[in-house]
Amino acid sequence: MDAILLQILNGLDKGSAYALIALGLTLIFGTLGVVNFAHGALFMIGAFCSVTVQRILTLSFETVDESQKDFLGNPLKVKTPYVESWFGPETGAAIIDWSVPIAILFAIPVMLAVGYIMERGLIKHFYKRPHADQILVTFGLAIVLQEVVKYFYGANPIPTGAPDVFKGSFDFGVMLGFEANAIIYPYWRLVYFGFAALIIGGVFSFLQFTTFGMVVRAGMADRETVGLLGINIDRRFTIMFGIAAAVAGLAGVMYAPINSPNYHMGMDFLVLSFVVVVVGGMGSLPGAVLAGFLLGILESFASMNEVKSLIPGIDQIIIYLVAILILLTRPRGLMGRKGVMEE
Amino acid sequence: MSNSNVTRRGVLKTGTMVGAGVALPTIFTASSAAAYTNEPTGSSVTLGFNVPQTGPYADEGADELRAYELAVEHLNGGGDGGMMNTFSSKALQGNGILGKKVEFVTGDTQTKSDAARASAKSMIEKDGAVMITGGSSSGVAIAVQGLCQEAGVIFMAGLTHSNDTTGKDKKANGFRHFFNGYMSGAALAPVLKNLYGTDRNAYHLTADYTWGWTQEESIAAATEALGWNTVNKVRTPLAATDFSSYIAPVLNSGADVLVLNHYGGNMVNSLTNAVQFGLREKIVNGKQFEIVVPLYSRLMAKGAGENVKGIHGSTNWHWSLQDEASKAFVKSFGTKYGFPPSQAAHTVYCQTLLYADAAERAGTFNPCGIVEALEGYEFDGLGNGKTLYRAEDHQCFKDVLVVRGKENPTSEFDLLEVVEVTPAAQVTYAADHPMFAGGQLGTCNSGS
Repeated sequence: MDAILLQILNGLDKGSAYALIALGLTLIFGTLGVVNFAHGALFMIGAFCSVTVQRILTLSFETVDESQKDFLGNPLKVKTPYVESWFGPETGAAIIDWSVPIAILFAIPVMLAVGYIMERGLIKHFYKRPHADQILVTFGLAIVLQEVVKYFYGANPIPTGAPDVFKGSFDFGVMLGFEANAIIYPYWRLVYFGFAALIIGGVFSFLQFTTFGMVVRAGMADRETVGLLGINIDRRFTIMFGIAAAVAGLAGVMYAPINSPNYHMGMDFLVLSFVVVVVGGMGSLPGAVLAGFLLGILESFASMNEVKSLIPGIDQIIIYLVAILILLTRPRGLMGRKGVMEE
Repeated sequence: MSNSNVTRRGVLKTGTMVGAGVALPTIFTASSAAAYTNEPTGSSVTLGFNVPQTGPYADEGADELRAYELAVEHLNGGGDGGMMNTFSSKALQGNGILGKKVEFVTGDTQTKSDAARASAKSMIEKDGAVMITGGSSSGVAIAVQGLCQEAGVIFMAGLTHSNDTTGKDKKANGFRHFFNGYMSGAALAPVLKNLYGTDRNAYHLTADYTWGWTQEESIAAATEALGWNTVNKVRTPLAATDFSSYIAPVLNSGADVLVLNHYGGNMVNSLTNAVQFGLREKIVNGKQFEIVVPLYSRLMAKGAGENVKGIHGSTNWHWSLQDEASKAFVKSFGTKYGFPPSQAAHTVYCQTLLYADAAERAGTFNPCGIVEALEGYEFDGLGNGKTLYRAEDHQCFKDVLVVRGKENPTSEFDLLEVVEVTPAAQVTYAADHPMFAGGQLGTCNSGS
């Protein structure tokens, strides 16, 4: 029982990342009709926003310490971050410690701008082209973006820690009456889950309760009619692209402490997120969220030893297996609308 | 009217012969004309450095390439000579190899077996490389070693730690300076016994490919011999990025030690996840929970950040060693590049020098001459103490370092500290040891 609860918790957390990326992916597909394979790269850029903020905050000046030697036997150059010398060692260290949450403020304008430039500069030229062209061009863009990041940041993962207060794990088991250590869960992953819920809630509220959202939803349902009413739907869709990029970026910012960011982390998530969108139903926002969590949980279960000993290798194929089953029984996905990708 | 000797049949005949000649891979034409594949005929000799220049191990590959360039510079008489000054053999004079200037070509393995084979093949056939070296993965090393055996060139393996490279997949043309999974187990076991006692329950998470399997087998055998119990061995996909679902059940399994048979990005992520789950603060079975990373690399430790602090593992070499050879290498490399070399850089530098020295001593680049010169060769002064290139399997036997993630690093390179230098005798095994059984070394192939 405790093992099952543990894997559900794990799945919720994995599902949070899938859901956030898939949400942006399906938002772009639903509004602009573009299959954006560069979406994983946006997630990666978000994670590197964390790395960048951490680097900016730890920008240091060097002082030579004669009493210590470096690896070549020369006097050691000791680095002191500027923030520590400006605000004092304690406050400075605290600011550096909180670099990931601070990176959220940095990432929002950056990601909106990246999304805007991507849409206006490249993707808008592919609206009327076949989906295959869109996939090729966005996939190419993803590779370019990841190589650019590799050029500046290297190929190795870069550790980007969570604030000290969120280090360690919480013992759910004791709370639920199990033995100690039966169900433990890292604090930062709980934060990530809460953050994902907040963003997902925010996007839905924005679409549901604002006039802007209402127009976008109307445009998603019938773009032509909304256009005939004299509303500039294209401009709103461009803004939605920026928002979708920001959602993927924020998912990346907060993911940085979970796994050290590296240049190909976007690709690791992209294919899975695309499967999530297809399973959820192309263009369906609740479908993407539901499928994100569902597949996250299933993936966690499949990596349990008990399951792996029954079906070896199931942890690597479970998502695709479920995708096949769902597409066979419900060709439009869990919550797909009629007419999407069916012309 | 002019009389021409050109006939239709003649043109066809000549055309066919020229066409066949062009189509024939140079590898065959070279061997038919020379005594062995790519026999250098000019004033220079070409070596092929096959390292990951793209993909997840690109940083490690870049460090290998730096070390290769340094080795070439030293062989050609440039720089301060590095470990050529401390090397026990004095055959190398700084005038290239056998009087020929050393040149090199590079290939990108991408850490993919097929890409690595393709780049090695291209360097042999198009660039005339007489020796191939490099790599940062056992899967790649085994694939390229097989190719070099068929092509008739020497393969000096780079960073490859699977028992199979000099075990069931060993080849007469292949040589490994780097240590292996068995040696890690043999070196770590006594240290783990002293630190954590003999009554422990270990849980293994293992990367699901040749290196992971042989390391898991080696470490489990070594710790079980101490009296440890192996609770579980779980294989994780090489492509996995989030290990939480593999780590979460560890505490509940009754294990009090987690062994991470992971390397590269896998190691960074699994260790980060394990620390996030707070495993190291837990008390299980009345004992402090511990994590062991049997194969450490400084470049990887950097990726895991402060999560490596206090965690034990083994390594082939470390820049903080204080023997004359290591100091000479660190000085040479550090002066040129501004930071200390990694263990990958060290092993490939040694391999280049060892190849060059073997050619000098053999008086030829013929692979069979090199094999004869390296087999059973004992040397010193390359940073690992007295070392033997064993004839039976072409594996180097030397001291192994047990290291620990440093608690208070003084710089970004100062991540590991050496806690024990395990003597070579303690990590030596019989050539017919079951973990290395199954393959045949065969005979050298010179491509003639």
